[in-house]
Amino acid sequence: MNRILKNRVTLIYTLLFLVWIFQFDWIKETLLFFLDSKNTIVQRSSLFELAYQHSYIVLLSTTLSILIGLSLAIWVRLSRSEELKQIVLQFSTIGETLPTAAIIALSVPMIGYGNVPLVLALCIYGILPIVRNTIVGLNTIPSEVQEAAQGLGLTRLEQLIRIDLPLALPAILTGIRIATVINVSAATIGATVGAGGFGVMIIAGIRTYDTLMIIQASVPVIVMALWFDRVLRAN
Amino acid sequence: MIQLRNVTKKYDKQEALRGIDLNINEGECIVLIGPSGCGKSSLLKSINRMIDIDSGEIRVFNQSIESYRVEELRRKIGYCIQGVGLFPHLSVKENIAIVLRVLKWKEEDIDQRVNELLSMTELPLSYINKRPHELSGGEAQRVGVCRALATNPSILLMDEPFGALDPLTREKVQLAFKEIQKKLHKTVVFVTHDVEEAILLADRIALMQEGKILHLDTPNKFMNLDKNEYGSDFLGKDYSLRLLKRFTLADLNLKEVRSFNSLVNLSLGSSVKDGLSYCLNAEQSIYFNDNNHIYELSYNDIYNFMQRINHE
Repeated sequence: MNRILKNRVTLIYTLLFLVWIFQFDWIKETLLFFLDSKNTIVQRSSLFELAYQHSYIVLLSTTLSILIGLSLAIWVRLSRSEELKQIVLQFSTIGETLPTAAIIALSVPMIGYGNVPLVLALCIYGILPIVRNTIVGLNTIPSEVQEAAQGLGLTRLEQLIRIDLPLALPAILTGIRIATVINVSAATIGATVGAGGFGVMIIAGIRTYDTLMIIQASVPVIVMALWFDRVLRAN
Repeated sequence: MIQLRNVTKKYDKQEALRGIDLNINEGECIVLIGPSGCGKSSLLKSINRMIDIDSGEIRVFNQSIESYRVEELRRKIGYCIQGVGLFPHLSVKENIAIVLRVLKWKEEDIDQRVNELLSMTELPLSYINKRPHELSGGEAQRVGVCRALATNPSILLMDEPFGALDPLTREKVQLAFKEIQKKLHKTVVFVTHDVEEAILLADRIALMQEGKILHLDTPNKFMNLDKNEYGSDFLGKDYSLRLLKRFTLADLNLKEVRSFNSLVNLSLGSSVKDGLSYCLNAEQSIYFNDNNHIYELSYNDIYNFMQRINHE
């Protein structure tokens, strides 16, 4: 039952997203009925283009977060060092408390305008949930399971691959899901430094007081976030 | 097979092991017994280096355990723990085969070995695809024993393996383990705080207190331990009675008879304790039938037997 429901909801999100992106004219008519929009600006990028850029930025930054986050957590695990664990958790917490805007602003002078500072900021932002969830997931493995694995003569690496990671997988997936969902919405801010994505249209809409335009670009962001939230659930 | 020389271990301030000397012969089952915190678990875990000792020496297969790579040492030694610690995401077969997979055994060899182990522990072969959460406590423990025996190690360390089972299941698993041990003759180090378990399984019992071995002997000899107040306290004043469980009526060399009054429900395979229990309700001798032979049992038989093992 749950599975069917989940698939159906995912399907609805997918359809809504596609219709919104490719057939926005249908929706526009309905929305204009409620809104008083000037709708005078000629858009340079199509919604499809923005969607492509947005997904590209999110997927790239989240993939980097996963690679870095998992490596850090695995390094902590293999070292069995409590100190190292605290240091890694501290650093990733710091990464989380820095506002995305600040990271972007700080990186522009060094890297320049465009997609790169945004990807960097999102990547740093996504590391914490992944590191923390992976470490917590590995820590919740029952002690007798760990003792048995060790006592049977598995090396730390063999334990990690055969026992620890499979058992921590649900927690790791949760971390990835949180990171992705955060990044989908946080990516909109990248437009301020010349990055692509739905943010471009949202910022343009804000500048010209065009409500329709803001809605046009923010609804797909919400739907995309909801879609990832569904798809990346473990069961 | 296993030699310990002056082994010590300290946790912070507490001394867990205070100069342990112990020689464990090939094929014998040593049971370490004592109250919580006496160091019995630490002693067991120091043998496969789950705990590193502070001083002294432990030799396994006539070689210091320090000279082995730690994983290599552990693969030579089977290890069972109280919580079993089956891997919840793996099937019974994969649980048993995990080290064999690491050692890159061929699939058909693994199948054969797993089937061998399952039938030895009297588990149905259909269990290979079950998950640990589908097993009862006793079954899980049997799978744990299979897993420990997978690489056919000649040494087996068991840390209160049956401690979490209910009394009925526990007795069944104990008897099953005793049968397996009769066939395999592993060198077993077994930790328990259950005196009856120790009596049933041990070739020798090591009674421990505060990090030292107070007494090391066969279960029969512990009968005469009254002088040592601590020992008799821990083993219980009814030690002799408990000891009876170790023996069956076949050990008593009972007389076969032709005339009898009425029969009780015993056989030569019943424990002497059960026999005594029936005697308590009878005025004189009791009679039982085993395989169409009638045997007579009286208090005197049990008394004579106790005298005999006492002086052995």
